Amino acid sequence: MSENLAEVFATTREKLLKVYPTKAARKRAKHMVINDPNPETMPEIEANVRTIPGIITQRGCTYAGCKGVVVGPIRDIVNITHGPIGCGFYSWLTRRNQTKPIDDNDYNLMNYCFSTDMQEDDIVFGGEKKLRQAVREAYEIFKPKAIGIFATCPVGLIGDDVHAVAREMKEELGINVFGFSCEGYKGVSQSAGHHIANNQLFKHVIGLDDTVRDSKYKINLLGEYNIGGDAFEIERILEKCGIDLIATFSGNSSYDYFANAHTADLNCVMCHRSINYVADMMEVKYGIPWIKVNFIGAESTAKSLRKIAKYFGDPELTERVEAVIAEEMPEVEKHRAEARSRCEGKTVMLFVGGSRAHHYQDLFSELGMKTVAAGYEFAHRDDYEGRRVLPKIKIDADSRNIEELTVEPDPERYRFRKTEAEVAELKAQGFEFSDYEGMMAQMAKGTLVIDDISHYEMEKLIAYHKPDIFCAGIKEKYVIQKMGVPCKQLHSYDYSGPYAGFRGAVNFYHDIDRLVNSKIWNYIQAPWQKSPELIATYVK
Amino acid sequence: MNAHEPYAREVTINACKLCNPLGASLVFRGIEGAVPLLHGSQGCATYIRRYLISHFKEPVDIASSNFSESSTIFGGGANLKQALQNVISQYRPALIGIATTCLSETIGDDVRLILDEFKREYGAPGRPVLVTVSTPSYQGSHIDGFHDAVQAVIQQVASGGPKKSMVTIFPGMVSAADLRLLKEILIDFGLDFLMLPDYSETMDGVIWDTYQIIAPGGAPVSKIRAAGRSKAALQLGRCIRRQQNAAEYLAERFGVEGYTLGLPVGIKETDRLMQTLAILAGRDIPRKYQEERGRLIDAYVDAHKYLYGKKAAVYGEPDLVLGMASFLAEVGMVPAICATGSKSGKLAEELRKLLPESEEGMTEVAEGVDFEDIRMLIERVRPDVLIGNSKGYPLARRYGIPLIRVGFPIHDRIGGPRLLHMGYRGTQQLFDRIVNALIRARQDQSPIGWSYI
Repeated sequence: MSENLAEVFATTREKLLKVYPTKAARKRAKHMVINDPNPETMPEIEANVRTIPGIITQRGCTYAGCKGVVVGPIRDIVNITHGPIGCGFYSWLTRRNQTKPIDDNDYNLMNYCFSTDMQEDDIVFGGEKKLRQAVREAYEIFKPKAIGIFATCPVGLIGDDVHAVAREMKEELGINVFGFSCEGYKGVSQSAGHHIANNQLFKHVIGLDDTVRDSKYKINLLGEYNIGGDAFEIERILEKCGIDLIATFSGNSSYDYFANAHTADLNCVMCHRSINYVADMMEVKYGIPWIKVNFIGAESTAKSLRKIAKYFGDPELTERVEAVIAEEMPEVEKHRAEARSRCEGKTVMLFVGGSRAHHYQDLFSELGMKTVAAGYEFAHRDDYEGRRVLPKIKIDADSRNIEELTVEPDPERYRFRKTEAEVAELKAQGFEFSDYEGMMAQMAKGTLVIDDISHYEMEKLIAYHKPDIFCAGIKEKYVIQKMGVPCKQLHSYDYSGPYAGFRGAVNFYHDIDRLVNSKIWNYIQAPWQKSPELIATYVK
Repeated sequence: MNAHEPYAREVTINACKLCNPLGASLVFRGIEGAVPLLHGSQGCATYIRRYLISHFKEPVDIASSNFSESSTIFGGGANLKQALQNVISQYRPALIGIATTCLSETIGDDVRLILDEFKREYGAPGRPVLVTVSTPSYQGSHIDGFHDAVQAVIQQVASGGPKKSMVTIFPGMVSAADLRLLKEILIDFGLDFLMLPDYSETMDGVIWDTYQIIAPGGAPVSKIRAAGRSKAALQLGRCIRRQQNAAEYLAERFGVEGYTLGLPVGIKETDRLMQTLAILAGRDIPRKYQEERGRLIDAYVDAHKYLYGKKAAVYGEPDLVLGMASFLAEVGMVPAICATGSKSGKLAEELRKLLPESEEGMTEVAEGVDFEDIRMLIERVRPDVLIGNSKGYPLARRYGIPLIRVGFPIHDRIGGPRLLHMGYRGTQQLFDRIVNALIRARQDQSPIGWSYI
């Protein structure tokens, strides 16, 4: 691609917008910016607003974000979808999040898909009775630790009260039962569902178990969903460093970990978009500070570990963290050097998720590859431009629709983790609490940033620029590949992973090397298409 | 034959059906230049796209009218019109197939009325054909959405007139390879035909050397228009309800000769299709197919010793189950469990007609069941093999029974759309796969690693 990215992409942007009717073009224009990483001159991007009808989006629904993403990976609770069959079926183990029951007696309910399978009669006469009975039966059969009830579109419309049913059943069964008003239409994307899930876990689960584990460095990892085993690798590294992981939200997780999460001394946020709400609420209620971390990329992993060590400020931990990094890195570097020799200079486009489009840029830059265009599917402005823009974000009707919990310090459980002096000292050293600088600060000047890229725009972007690799999800994968460009799925990693941590980075280097240097693409054109005259010579 | 009611439970555990608009979306993808549009929340389009894509491993564009909370209160008319406008601008489709969802159905949107308004406002030039079908997920299952969409396309697009030599065939929800085989057969019989839907290319296409805005292939709209002028119409599927049977509709409305046949799985059902086509084409069954049939019988003879008396559990859409059961009975196997998540109300009756009397009482038939019901039947019957989609894998694993993957969805193997189930050729492949799975199970369980079995 030409060196003058800004100019090239300005033309592309114009071309992409041309196809839309005037009103749609005006709206889409605000979602496409030419990047400037300087916070002073960084352009404002429109994000987290409704997708225009008829524009094929990558986005899912509120239910998908709530049940599918955040609560789905908890292995020992029964998640009942209250609604017609589709929603439950489509969210049945489709995200490749893995879990490891601790022993043969532990639960693994993730293989199951529970639904009330509402029928027309339930829509007409109400489905609460059916739901109550379904909860009872699920309890009888599986005896889970807790039951979550998820509302789908028609439930909100007919007025079934999932929370009332949850309260009644909690009383009757004596286990924790809680509801989620995550009707698909509620928010602009799955992002609304993340928020709803955060709220309910905070209200109903976090803080139920006050047992304090006997360990020195207690953290929670927020927004890590154990796709392809990412959480396993992070757990391995943390354990090696002597850091005690109380709870992961929500990869490889148990209900019990959530109940105990408030006893941690630090919250580490991976996916800022899906989980920052819980981080903020836990800080207010329990006094747990939060920091942004990123375990995607070997360098980023090392950086995040050092950040955690710095927070605890214990030389013993710092030493151990350094020893672990020193031990892990040589192997990583060996593989990186090999892959880098074949990947260096190649171009990448990433359109995925609410944090992945940012995090994976680290891994690509470790390979010497250049991110030329990126965007999120369901992120908000702060994920692009950094949390500094939070006060400036307009609250529209869709955002107002999602409950904002009023949180106050817990009179018994609130505890200062650091003295004011310690906090000031850390800040003076450049340590950032409760902050996320966003994706655009890291991307080069002149690169293209598109929010909620439409399927049409994506296809055109590939046709115009043919990047060496395009990262998206399964809905995009096959059209990208039809156009002769390799696709790495960053939602589910195809069949691969883990990509987090040190070993994950090695996996990623190999997978990307294999993809961008595959010979398959050479066969697309048959020999007779490449040089017809040659065939003619033979025939003669 | 023992007909089973689903176990009395309100909680569905691992459903054995998908939702209504998925079937409709697949049908619209089988029309040339068509874009499906779901009227409702964008999540429906996204979920259905990702589910179809995981099976077909092909791009699947489905638009949505993206309801917001206010659309649920004031109606989705404005959203639908805007969606149509935007889809037309981007894709210039020949047809837009609009399927409703729980959301638009629950609030009672009158889609036909909205479309009439849109047509008036938009005007005729450049306007694609608009077809609408009612597919709330709280009614029926994906197979109902499929049949209803086919019927809606025919009812809203086909017109009558002097008869042509064309034959119209409604293949039902089968694989892309099945559709290709059907087309090959029709071509070999020298028939001019319409096959609706035809997603053999759109959902199992070639790599592109130039960019395509809509995947090429599919039943041409011009031919669908002429469906009322067909010489004959064939509906494959015996469990299909009368009001969903598009061949019957063409017969009643336009006096087209209508036939209803089973899915051509196994010798008997394929023979019936071949004989019907021979009559319609006025010629003998091409030698190629007679040879395929001969080879298949020869294989039946060679391998029946591995199969005789073996029990199979079959699950999936009613007609797929029926076709499989009919074939299994032919080769001496017992279709011991015939289960479907759908409710056609006809599976038991149709099975009774197709299965030999001697096997009465050996088959458990269950409609409207989930995989937990099927599990309980498996506990009781202890089949030797499972035949169905990949969602049965946990049961295969739990009970150590081989799973022969057929139908939809197949998410744990590649090649789902290339699986052939139909005709002598498809039956041959099925037969070989089943025999080999049983041999393998025996081999794996034997104390010695025999390489000659």
